[in-house]
Amino acid sequence: MSATVTGGPSHAADGPGNATGPSHVTGEPSAPTGGPNNPRSTVNRLSAENVTLAYDQRVIAEQLSVEIPDNSFTVIVGPNACGKSTLLRALSRMLKPSEGRVLLDGQVIQSMPAKKVARTLGLLPQSSIAPDGITVADLVGRGRYPHQGLLRQWSAEDERVVQESMAQTGVAELAERYVDELSGGQRQRVWIAMALAQQTPLLLLDEPTTYLDIQHQIDVLDLCAQLHEEQGRTLVAVLHDLNHAARYATHLIALRGGRVIAQGTPGEVVTAALVEEVFGLRCQVIDDPETGTPLVVPAARRARTEAKAAAPR
Amino acid sequence: MRTAVKNSRATKANRTSGANRAARALRMPGGFSLRLDVRAVTVVVLLLAAALAASVVLIGTGDFPIPPGDVLKTLVGNGTPGQDFIVNELRLPRVLVGLLVGASLGLGGALFQSISRNPLGSPDVLGLGQGATAGALVVIVLLSGDATEVTLGALVGGLLTGLAIYLLSWKQGVHGYRLVLVGIGVSAVVTAVNGYLLTKSDIVDAARAVVWMTGSLDGRDWEQVWPLLALCAVLVPLVLANARGLRMTEMGDDVANALGVRVERVRLLLMVAAVLLTATATAAAGPVSFVALTAPQLARRLTRSPGPNLVPSLCMGATLLVTADWASQRAFGAEQLPVGVVTGVLGGVYLLWLLVTERRAGRI
Repeated sequence: MSATVTGGPSHAADGPGNATGPSHVTGEPSAPTGGPNNPRSTVNRLSAENVTLAYDQRVIAEQLSVEIPDNSFTVIVGPNACGKSTLLRALSRMLKPSEGRVLLDGQVIQSMPAKKVARTLGLLPQSSIAPDGITVADLVGRGRYPHQGLLRQWSAEDERVVQESMAQTGVAELAERYVDELSGGQRQRVWIAMALAQQTPLLLLDEPTTYLDIQHQIDVLDLCAQLHEEQGRTLVAVLHDLNHAARYATHLIALRGGRVIAQGTPGEVVTAALVEEVFGLRCQVIDDPETGTPLVVPAARRARTEAKAAAPR
Repeated sequence: MRTAVKNSRATKANRTSGANRAARALRMPGGFSLRLDVRAVTVVVLLLAAALAASVVLIGTGDFPIPPGDVLKTLVGNGTPGQDFIVNELRLPRVLVGLLVGASLGLGGALFQSISRNPLGSPDVLGLGQGATAGALVVIVLLSGDATEVTLGALVGGLLTGLAIYLLSWKQGVHGYRLVLVGIGVSAVVTAVNGYLLTKSDIVDAARAVVWMTGSLDGRDWEQVWPLLALCAVLVPLVLANARGLRMTEMGDDVANALGVRVERVRLLLMVAAVLLTATATAAAGPVSFVALTAPQLARRLTRSPGPNLVPSLCMGATLLVTADWASQRAFGAEQLPVGVVTGVLGGVYLLWLLVTERRAGRI
């Protein structure tokens, strides 16, 4: 079985604070501290080196380099079409870079056996289809695929992990329900449970809160924070909402036009100047009264139009 | 409608329960483990029993009827010489061809429907049958070939059509709707070619061609059994070994990839297997219509289980074809019909029913 599995609540000890050595962009990202359990403490487990990402002929990003700090909850933000989902696809080997390489544990990700990658790195994509008439327990059970083989199709360990994953995501009571009967928020929890059943130390999520109402958005993000803090998993998420990103992330990567504009802790990245640079939006950044993290308050319409009139670009 | 069976959480760890189904885990020392859906296993066993029973009845049917007891006795080698000749030389090969053709079509159909994620993505609709027909027509009309050459022609025609569909629908992978649409287009073109070939033929060839095109098991002997059996012996285990990967692709290519399935490789392998199965079956019995379309859908409704339902579809195909062959010999009095007529009528009615219910469910 997999020797790569970290996790189990006992790793929780040091919480989110251990996550990153923040580095503001300009130049090489200095190697952040590795996870406490990682023997190769100077190199992070997942990184992209000078990758060029393109669909057919359409180039999304060129010479892009990104490091995912171990044990962080990294959130990738940026305006629409900045390449954030594309970057996530490259990191999860759904998209092969036309140049450069994505490294997982020091190896080029494309060169690794598919099941081995799947035991190390999980992905919750945006496009997932629940097959007709599948129950929650069955769907979550499919997350065990990379741990199974032709002769070892359903071990006691599989059973245990599926129960555990459903318990962690709070869908254990739904185990026998059909997935297509569930609400959007419940369904997203079920998909997360499936990804958890994969037991990967790294988990990538592509816009996990899209199409959910505010309560369920927070619900899913709380769940992510819990997985990160209590189990020491490294999470990478693409999020649309900058305020959610600032509140939950331990490490932020801000992209624009396929380039990293800034990265570091939310406190370092989310400033009025950077928001304007990345999103082209004038705003104030204040302290979130609940958490003290940065909170983006867009400037009033009048202030923005006046500013535009005063300083036309 | 759905009766949710409440199974207490205290159930043993080796038993997960679906809303109205149960799965059992089989575990043996040495790490071997398997999960079986109780309902699906029951369906498979019942279908096999039905196929066997229909086969015995079918063997006993004809100008010289033999009671089922005598059929069984003869099959194990204890019949009279006369019965032995009729059963083992004349009728058994025909039934075996029927079983194998039905099984191949059922499995091929299940594979295509799962790959295209569409019940309409079956070989009948995609034009594989028409492709095989074109191959057979070329041999009959242009080359005046014998039966073996017609079979070969049909095989080549089916394989070439399969290749054409795959290449034309390839764009960074093969996808559901594209596969279906390209298949329908290819089917239209090949049908036109077939029509042209028929109009060019003289009356004798045309009559021979039309009989072939309806799909029939008449006069099949051991020569048709062996190649079919050999192909199934290779392809069925190969397909089943990759079935788990195929099951994962139901959730979308990204999810399957993330789980470590080599999606394109699995899909290519299984498509090649499905084309081979369908083309060989068509070469052996003609384009028996609608078995590939209906068998997986019927199997799925019986097992009520998600997934490609490959083994149930295979069994269902075999049962359907043998039963249809029996009906074609018996149901219409003295006059015998080619089996393709019966499957066509049944399949057509079924297709209409499917469309009506799907529309009611708001899916189309």
